[in-house]
Amino acid sequence: MKQKRVVLTFPPELVEQPMVYNLIKKYDLMVSILRANITANEEGRLVMEVRGKKNDVDAGMAYLASIGIAIQPLAQDIKWHEKKCIHCTFCVPTCPTGALQVDEQSKLVSFIKDKCIACEICVKVCPYKVVEIQF
Amino acid sequence: MTKTIKEINERIKKGKAVVVTAEEVIELADAKGFKKAAQEVDVVTTGTFGPMCSSGAYLNFGHSKPRIKVGGGTAYLNNVPAYTGLAAVDIYIGATALPDDDPRNSVYPGSFSYGGGHVIEDLVSGKDVRMSGTSYGTDCYPRKAIETWINIKDLNEAVLFNPRNCYQNYNVAVNLSDRVIYTYMGMLQPRLGNANYSSAGQLSPLLNDPYYKTVGLGTRIFLGGGVGYVVWNGTQHNPGVPRTAGGVPRSPAGTLAVMGDLKGMSPAWLKGASFTGYGATLTVGIGIPIPVLNEDIFRYTLVKDEDIVSQLVDYSQSYPQVQPGSLGEVNYKDLRSGRITINGKQVPTGGISSYAKAREIAQLLKRWIAEGAFFLSEPVAGIPSADSGVSCKLLNERPMPKTRY
Repeated sequence: MKQKRVVLTFPPELVEQPMVYNLIKKYDLMVSILRANITANEEGRLVMEVRGKKNDVDAGMAYLASIGIAIQPLAQDIKWHEKKCIHCTFCVPTCPTGALQVDEQSKLVSFIKDKCIACEICVKVCPYKVVEIQF
Repeated sequence: MTKTIKEINERIKKGKAVVVTAEEVIELADAKGFKKAAQEVDVVTTGTFGPMCSSGAYLNFGHSKPRIKVGGGTAYLNNVPAYTGLAAVDIYIGATALPDDDPRNSVYPGSFSYGGGHVIEDLVSGKDVRMSGTSYGTDCYPRKAIETWINIKDLNEAVLFNPRNCYQNYNVAVNLSDRVIYTYMGMLQPRLGNANYSSAGQLSPLLNDPYYKTVGLGTRIFLGGGVGYVVWNGTQHNPGVPRTAGGVPRSPAGTLAVMGDLKGMSPAWLKGASFTGYGATLTVGIGIPIPVLNEDIFRYTLVKDEDIVSQLVDYSQSYPQVQPGSLGEVNYKDLRSGRITINGKQVPTGGISSYAKAREIAQLLKRWIAEGAFFLSEPVAGIPSADSGVSCKLLNERPMPKTRY
């Protein structure tokens, strides 16, 4: 089983392609759409999580690339500026996936990139602009 | 067992003072026993690092040639308005001030990305700050406008002067309504979605000296990474609230007014903050040393998070409408566990005041004292305590006569 979170950028002419349908039907992948910004005749962006057999995930990604979709790992678009963090734990209860955690002993907040789904709730909540998400 | 501040300072000078933090002292008393620990410890250091809106700095930027009197005119620092109702070139920049063109909450919820607190952080960071000012012009102060860069190192005075800091305990905020609300206690999710609290608890200065037996006017403190002083009780000082048997106020109580030389402070301990939907402010670091003058004073420093309780307050209705009553009481040990139970529901908790940074401040102050770089001061007057009759009152609004047109 392989799991991957990716940001897909596709040109206007691909907006109407049944891309998700193909990933599910042809490549047997489980697809969760985390965020999407898609408008006809405009460049579209889609943040998704795909799960499936390693070969299927790789083949699915190769298919997306072959039709002209730019793929990049989600983690690349999220920055947690550790130096700005004052470890108040304000963000911790608002994080739906537990990507922002506080250590019981040190009381320091840490960010686990792989758990982040880029929902941006913490961006609004943090008074010190510690989290930056670039889409 | 009694000691005087003078004796403790002698021991600091000789490098012999025993200094521990408000966290360490709990373990020490457990290990050595109360009597022995009380005898040994000279100073207990405390700390807190949280947003404190009633903060600001006054600056004297020096006279220009020809002279201008911004007093009675206007002054802006990086587009944030400063108060000018003072002498010609004295201004006060408050932590919550916002640029005139900030959209505020007109596009709800506003982001308040840059305000007075951020100006203070920039100043203390040594960054150049753009100052513009206007005046009406007088015979002795003819100039009517000025626009220049200023830098903290060139100012005659830059003094942090905060009318209310260091709250002794604070509400725990929740939201009983059906929509997300944005408050100074942060974003509160509907139907008890989260609970936010704001106190350093067992490390908090005034919770370790609950009756203000050692802290008073003139107490030297750690302020914003530099040295400051307690100069008065803070505004809304409310020492008469109900207390636990150990003296801990069960709701927000005492406050302090503090000041110190901004030039000696650091951006690590003075940080501009933006609260979505609420406003801009300044997060301030404060550490207060408590001299262990007798066993009574020592006993208060042993307060633990589980001994400190606070009230659960609904910020959707009861806080804004000033409706009395609390949804219940919780202690800081439970709050810090990340989850509390309210009406049978598990509610995740978040802090606004940083415990990790409060700990760092108490450690820093401990080091300063142990190294002989910081001496305790004798207060010149006390702060009104629980029996003073001082209380924080609501406004008594009196109807104005209708103006006839």
